[in-house]
Amino acid sequence: MSTTFRLFPQAASTTANSVDALYFFLVAVAAFFSILIFGLIFFFAIRHRRRVAREVPQEVRGGLTLEIIWTVIPFGLVMVMFAWGASVYLEVARPPDNALQAYVVGKQWMWKTQHMEGQREINELHVPVGRPVKLTMTSEDVIHSFYVPDFRVKWDVLPGKYTTVWFHPTRTGKFRLFCAEYCGTKHSGMIGWIHVMEPAAYESWLSGGGASGSLASSGEKLFQDLACGNCHRVDQPGRCPDLTGLFGKPVRLADGRSVVADEAYIRESIVNPGAKITAGFQPIMPTFQGLVTEEGMLQLIEYIKSLSGRPAGAQAPPGTAPAPERQAAGERGPSLPGSAPEKR
Amino acid sequence: MITATVEQKHYLNAEYGLKSWLLTTDHKRIGLLYLGTITFFFLLGGIFATLIRLELLTPPGDLTNSETYNKFFTLHGVIMVFFFLIPSIPATLGNFLIPMMVGARDLAFPKLNLLSWYLLLAGGLLSMWAMFAGGVDTGWTFYTPYSTTYSNTYVIATALGAFIAGFSSILTGLNFIVTIHRMRAPGLTWFRLPLFVWSHYAAALIMVLGTPVLAVTLVLVALERAFRIGIFDPALGGDPVLFQHLFWFYSHPAVYIMVLPGMGVISELVSTFSRRRVFGYGFVAFSSVAIAVYGFLVWGHHMFVSSQSVYASLVFSFLSFFVAIPSAIKVFNWTATLYKGSISYETPMLYAFGFIGLFTMGGLTGLFVATLGVDVHVHDTYFVVAHFHYIMVGGTLMAYLGGLHFWWPKMTGRMYPEGWAKLSALVIFLGFNLTFFPQFLLGYLGMPRRYHAYPDEFQVLHVLSTAGASVLAVGYLIPLVYLVWSLRYGKRATANPFGATGLEWKTSSPPPTYNFDVTPAVTHEAYDYRALAEEETEGVRVG
Repeated sequence: MSTTFRLFPQAASTTANSVDALYFFLVAVAAFFSILIFGLIFFFAIRHRRRVAREVPQEVRGGLTLEIIWTVIPFGLVMVMFAWGASVYLEVARPPDNALQAYVVGKQWMWKTQHMEGQREINELHVPVGRPVKLTMTSEDVIHSFYVPDFRVKWDVLPGKYTTVWFHPTRTGKFRLFCAEYCGTKHSGMIGWIHVMEPAAYESWLSGGGASGSLASSGEKLFQDLACGNCHRVDQPGRCPDLTGLFGKPVRLADGRSVVADEAYIRESIVNPGAKITAGFQPIMPTFQGLVTEEGMLQLIEYIKSLSGRPAGAQAPPGTAPAPERQAAGERGPSLPGSAPEKR
Repeated sequence: MITATVEQKHYLNAEYGLKSWLLTTDHKRIGLLYLGTITFFFLLGGIFATLIRLELLTPPGDLTNSETYNKFFTLHGVIMVFFFLIPSIPATLGNFLIPMMVGARDLAFPKLNLLSWYLLLAGGLLSMWAMFAGGVDTGWTFYTPYSTTYSNTYVIATALGAFIAGFSSILTGLNFIVTIHRMRAPGLTWFRLPLFVWSHYAAALIMVLGTPVLAVTLVLVALERAFRIGIFDPALGGDPVLFQHLFWFYSHPAVYIMVLPGMGVISELVSTFSRRRVFGYGFVAFSSVAIAVYGFLVWGHHMFVSSQSVYASLVFSFLSFFVAIPSAIKVFNWTATLYKGSISYETPMLYAFGFIGLFTMGGLTGLFVATLGVDVHVHDTYFVVAHFHYIMVGGTLMAYLGGLHFWWPKMTGRMYPEGWAKLSALVIFLGFNLTFFPQFLLGYLGMPRRYHAYPDEFQVLHVLSTAGASVLAVGYLIPLVYLVWSLRYGKRATANPFGATGLEWKTSSPPPTYNFDVTPAVTHEAYDYRALAEEETEGVRVG
């Protein structure tokens, strides 16, 4: 029933309730001060209207007490707003660990979404109700912004960068997805739907779609097609860093710095391999800029994530993925960082 | 006062001919040149606003195609911000009044003042050329990498127009700062200055310190677009978010360039029409400076969902709330000025009431967008559109019109027709609220800004907004007619028709070319109505 007229958006996520509570507080404060100021203006304007043409009213000097009162009270109120707003923002900005993961690529002028299981959608995203969903997002061209008003969440989607947004849907139905950052001619056409389904219905939707294997397996195929495996070999290390168990771990660089191998690091190492050279290796890798689409990039990342010592494709359920990875990192701790390839 | 009926020599009839205007260094004449220029740009920007509202009357994009609509809102923004709002009050009223208010013959650098008008004109003409050559579709915010890599429109020419106009603003600011420091009349100490001068001083600081950053940013956009130098485009190793930092470092303070002079006008109006010294003069004066200073520290509040650091967002939100305090101080002090005043309701005072109400609502909704958790939802929606129109139109434009009516007799020597003026002030107030209040609701409902077409569920509120816009348009056209009419048929103005205290009212209307026959000496504080009454009584006795 999303095309019916309404004056207030549906509250369809846990965030929506947090934001609305804060919003109503702000509306109350704003209404109080608006009515106060309008009321005082009307009251003074009538009460103290000019009665004699040349009258000069008695002088009333400014009062320090009054000035302090109307400085301190608003200051206290805005600090409450700040603290409350910050707590809601931190909630929005930090996805929970157990979130279901999916990927979003924005381009002029459509949203392309990919599920871990391999389903791909355009201008639509199916998610189950009742559990948090975390989206990792990037753009193929200009800046877009992923906005679902009924969830009260929005985050910009940038080229050359990964951002995340998360939400915890609390009711089933279809909810509008908008691009909120002006992105060119058909900006207003870059809209879609988030379909929130009962978990069982979601599972059957997942199995019903014509996905040709999981995201990681698509990544593995791409890895082979691009011949990445010719250098990044497990059986014959030495020329290129071994990617097994790489994701989420610190990497020692040739210049002495250390970075964590996250999505952004892997993406950068593919499009601009010379930017961060792993210690002990030569900068021999060519750039793959223009050879890998943003969606392919996400598949490669998912494949590399899956190389955590377990066979590719046999990954843990997405929601629980981060924990084994951390564990794997811990297990391999002694051989870290950086020096490992040299030893081998 | 009897002599007023005899045609005296004044700045308008001192010289005649086109050359006497185009080569004038008289700040009053330059003020009128600005008045004509910005009125033209206001009407042009208004035409685009009308076209936008007409398109949004119905959900599908049916009046124009998307390319054209995107150019409409871009040109509306570019023209209104760079060629109307920023020069509006400072370059017309400020130019005309600051030398008179400080008791000087002219601004410190009269030729620079004329140059700054030519720069605005040149920038405006260049942007208009871009408009007729094919337009620009980046939004007035020129966000990268859309503006640098993807847009196929006249980005460089438009940006260059804004760049040139920026120098007009810098020179005007420089002129004000030097004039206020160096050319005050004997006895006119800083704390005897009218608050109009204080707020222009604060705005001038922003003009001089902030505008160069905009200039640098626009040059970088042009260089990136022309030569792909790789500052903003991630494919070239640049960072598109860097543009947003640079752009808002100027463009947030620019909001205060627009509104601070308006606050100065309101202080004069509230005081004059309640015959009271502005309550808490010192607090109102320093709150202007505080707003100018804080304004430079809050740019990141435009970027809470831009991928900037979460901790940066926390700091920017915290600092943004600090701007609320000096703004609140002003509103409370203006309201307190009315207490036990002798209040009359001439047109300028109606605009002042309107300003205080609408600025209060604009300021309070500013708290919503400064609040991190709420901004995530309302950012880039019509809530933000409504908020900044309450500040810029409800605030600055109301103040501008109030000031224009208040000083019209001084500028032209003629009175405006009071009845028509009151009517149009009322129409503007009602039309404004009908146009923009529904946009708050639209925004919280989730309607994104810069949408050519939109889903059906938003239509009712859009229809209300468009209806309001047509009322507003009528409200703006009425003064255009009667003010022009009054130039010939208006009642002749006396030197001080409203019983105001400023030095500008101590000379004839319109003033002589050099403003004062004798440099005035100031012996009392601003807004001393008792002293004014005594002088008038003496004047009558002497006369």
